[in-house]
Amino acid sequence: MTDPTATATANQKLHFYQKGTFTVGNRLVPDTERSVQASIDRSNALTCGHRACQGCGEALGARYAMDAAMRATGGNLIAVNATGCLEVFTTPYPETSWQMPWLHSLFGNAAAVATGVAAAMQVKGRKEVRTIAQGGDGGTTDIGFGCLSGMFERNDDVLYICYDNEGYMNTGVQRSSATPPTARTATTPAMGPEPGNVFGTGKSVPKIAVAHGIPYVATATVADLHDLERKVMKAMGIHGARYIQIHVPCPLGWGSASHDTIRLARLAVECGMFPVFEAEHGIVTSSRKIRRPVPVAEYLKPQRRFAHLFKDGGDSQRLGHLQAIADRNIVEYKLLEPEEEAG
Amino acid sequence: MLKQTEGSHATAEAIALCRPEVICAYPITPQTHIVEGLGEMVRLGQLKNCEFINVESEFAALSVAIGASAAGARAYTATASQGLLFMAEAVYNASGLGLPIVMTLGNRAIGAPINIWNDHSDAMSMRDAGWLQLFAESNQDSIDLHIQAFRIAEELSVPVMVCMDGFLLTHASERVDIPEQAQVDAFLPRYEPRQVLDPGEPVSIGAMVGPDAFTEVRFLQHYKQTLALHLIPELAAEFSGRFGRNTGGLLRTYFADDAEMLVVAMGSINGTIKDTIDEMRADGFSIGLVNIVSFRPFPTEALRRLLAGRKHVVVVEKSFAVGMGGQLANNVDLALRNTPAAPQVHSVIAGLGGRSITRTSLHRVFRRAVAQPWEGAHFLDLNEDIIGKELHHVRKVRRSGPTAENLLRRLDQAAQHAAAE
Amino acid sequence: MFQIRIHGRGGQGVVTAAELLSVAAFLEDKHAQAFPSFGSERMGAPVVSFCRIDTKEIRLREPIVAPDALIVQDVTLFKAIDVFLGLKDSGYLLVNTNQSFGDLQLDPVVAKLPAGHAVTVPATELALKHIGRPVPNAALLGAFAALTGTVRLESVAKAIHEAFPGAMGNANIVAATEAHDAVVARVRTAA
Repeated sequence: MTDPTATATANQKLHFYQKGTFTVGNRLVPDTERSVQASIDRSNALTCGHRACQGCGEALGARYAMDAAMRATGGNLIAVNATGCLEVFTTPYPETSWQMPWLHSLFGNAAAVATGVAAAMQVKGRKEVRTIAQGGDGGTTDIGFGCLSGMFERNDDVLYICYDNEGYMNTGVQRSSATPPTARTATTPAMGPEPGNVFGTGKSVPKIAVAHGIPYVATATVADLHDLERKVMKAMGIHGARYIQIHVPCPLGWGSASHDTIRLARLAVECGMFPVFEAEHGIVTSSRKIRRPVPVAEYLKPQRRFAHLFKDGGDSQRLGHLQAIADRNIVEYKLLEPEEEAG
Repeated sequence: MLKQTEGSHATAEAIALCRPEVICAYPITPQTHIVEGLGEMVRLGQLKNCEFINVESEFAALSVAIGASAAGARAYTATASQGLLFMAEAVYNASGLGLPIVMTLGNRAIGAPINIWNDHSDAMSMRDAGWLQLFAESNQDSIDLHIQAFRIAEELSVPVMVCMDGFLLTHASERVDIPEQAQVDAFLPRYEPRQVLDPGEPVSIGAMVGPDAFTEVRFLQHYKQTLALHLIPELAAEFSGRFGRNTGGLLRTYFADDAEMLVVAMGSINGTIKDTIDEMRADGFSIGLVNIVSFRPFPTEALRRLLAGRKHVVVVEKSFAVGMGGQLANNVDLALRNTPAAPQVHSVIAGLGGRSITRTSLHRVFRRAVAQPWEGAHFLDLNEDIIGKELHHVRKVRRSGPTAENLLRRLDQAAQHAAAE
Repeated sequence: MFQIRIHGRGGQGVVTAAELLSVAAFLEDKHAQAFPSFGSERMGAPVVSFCRIDTKEIRLREPIVAPDALIVQDVTLFKAIDVFLGLKDSGYLLVNTNQSFGDLQLDPVVAKLPAGHAVTVPATELALKHIGRPVPNAALLGAFAALTGTVRLESVAKAIHEAFPGAMGNANIVAATEAHDAVVARVRTAA
């Protein structure tokens, strides 16, 4: 157990709890631990003025991820983007938000295109230039899955970042294989005897990535941007195929308040629905512990996509089923066990 | 260097001479030997400075090539048939982005019914995708066209598909002249991209384009192809000067000067047609040939000049747009649009799914075009007997079963019947 | 133009045989075209390959329907398909067997051909003896050179050596040479 009175040092995780929230100001930590975003030298790879919705989790996640990757590579970075919200809202030409070389090809091929970019850099002798592919959960866990798996198994030198907002938001909120059970989408309407997305479907691409045995897999969340930056920096220090899935609430698709994006992202972690973990070479190496456990209902209730679970006294059976999923995650990823002592 | 070798291997050697930097390989009959050959050359260090990537699908093959090309590498891949369809979205993407990728298409039929043999349905399925499409008549042509393809692609920043008939060329062993590396280097300079992903000068490529500029983007894509109408013959002439072999530019002719009938065809069938023409001319039949080398861009003007004033044009093609007719015939018709006293165009569909096209059948159909012209498309060597039986069966029985399997059974029955007699 | 059709089964080197023959012709400064009957690659299935040899460029790409010579690598094919289809009256017939044409009930076929144009050779036996594997194609090419004179044995040997340098190639060349010499002796006796 970490001594809570110990002074934060550069190699310790952040443990500053502010009253009522879990955020911590950069001014409270040493310079070395301050976020990339706190630096006036940040690259602004994804600069302001883009057309994302208010409170867009994906825009936030992408900005932190890209700036961290830019810092890790000294700006020697090329990004490939799958079709989707991120692609559309960042490049309303003649304006572009990307202050870095950026290529959009198709919906389902970002991983493969990135493989090609990395191969070109290799063959051109520009090994310092690194490649990132990015897409939403639809472009990653569904239509781009074949290319993603191919890139993984070849261990191509690409970091793939999936911004997981649990649905096809760009096309108007349809179900993807990352949509949680019971969630209302345009293709899983809140109608009939079992409203919303059905149980027993979907997949965990982070787990599938781990099963490929690639050097690095992590999940992250916009609720913990320090952790997100750290993971991206770490991933960029490794060669071969890497995968980070970032949980990014979508106010439009989830029916949540724009100002609740961070709160919802945090509740997803704290209730166990979105386990935050790291894996290396096929083995899960660590998980982010739940600090203040909450029932899943607390996470679900502020989202209109789950409103049907709380109507007419509440759907206790299906809420229980969702709680069971969260509880399984808590056991599987040891989310409530004490933090292991860092060596 | 003169060599007796398989078409795929000869093609692989030609591609290696073009110093590709990224090669994406995925197996599909009948192009597989080409990427296998290239893979060997990379392993043996004969092809240096090249990333050879075994991808998981054709869609990935072309996608990897797109990424590599956009990042400034000379990129190559090969496919056929279903593979081309599987990568269709990326085919349009590569041309829309203006990436000078070269791809070999080992022409093969498209299913269902599944069929691994040669025809041109695959190439025709992507005829409007914005790629240049060059057709090889022989394996020597395949070598020479591939070398030119990289040059054309990179000068115009447009992808080029080199079509070589599956099996008939890819698996045929014949004499070829493989150029020297120095010759190819002198003809094909280093790839200098017009657009490139470079952290030194960051650009965004692939933005959404709305109604305000989409038409103009397409227009310029089309304009590039009209430039190719000039560039292809120019480079063919330069190639001829350097290598001593003429690929003909947009098209090649054979006894076309005085012929009353001109045959129009693409690919390896031109060889058999030439032999047929020799025999028919010996019989006093006034016939010649136009071999379309560049199907995209389509040499409309050059073709019109050649065809105008003839009595008959017979288009022999290995593809067929169901419900419409032969694509090449339609394009030839278009070339003759508004031409006074246009020749009569006769459309022949031949060699579908690998059916042999014999001199005997060609003799017959060329003569028939004069004696008994037909409307629409004529299917060479069509087995009308089994078609008649199947149509009768379908009219009689509601659950008539799968068509392809029914026809195969009828064919077998007919064969057994013949054997019994 | 001289056209050869080779019949065999998948795994017997039928396609390689046509290619080697085309290389042998190429080495004699002739034009040659070799191509397989295109199908899925399965062991044991009937396979046909073709070879054309000419003194000028070969443009024709139809299958060989009227061969000047037939090479049959596997006698079990006689029951399965009509291997003799289209064989010219002036044609040659070379069959891999240790039996006689009489044993195979092929005398009527042989009778139609000019004297000395049909010969059997125990190519599989020769292959087993020299190569240790039942791959009769090299021996048959040696025999073919002797039977038709279309290509020389040295060219066949050189083609084999180019394709299979080393011990395997040498063993094939020995088999080809023995088959060649056996046929030379046989044809001389027949004539």
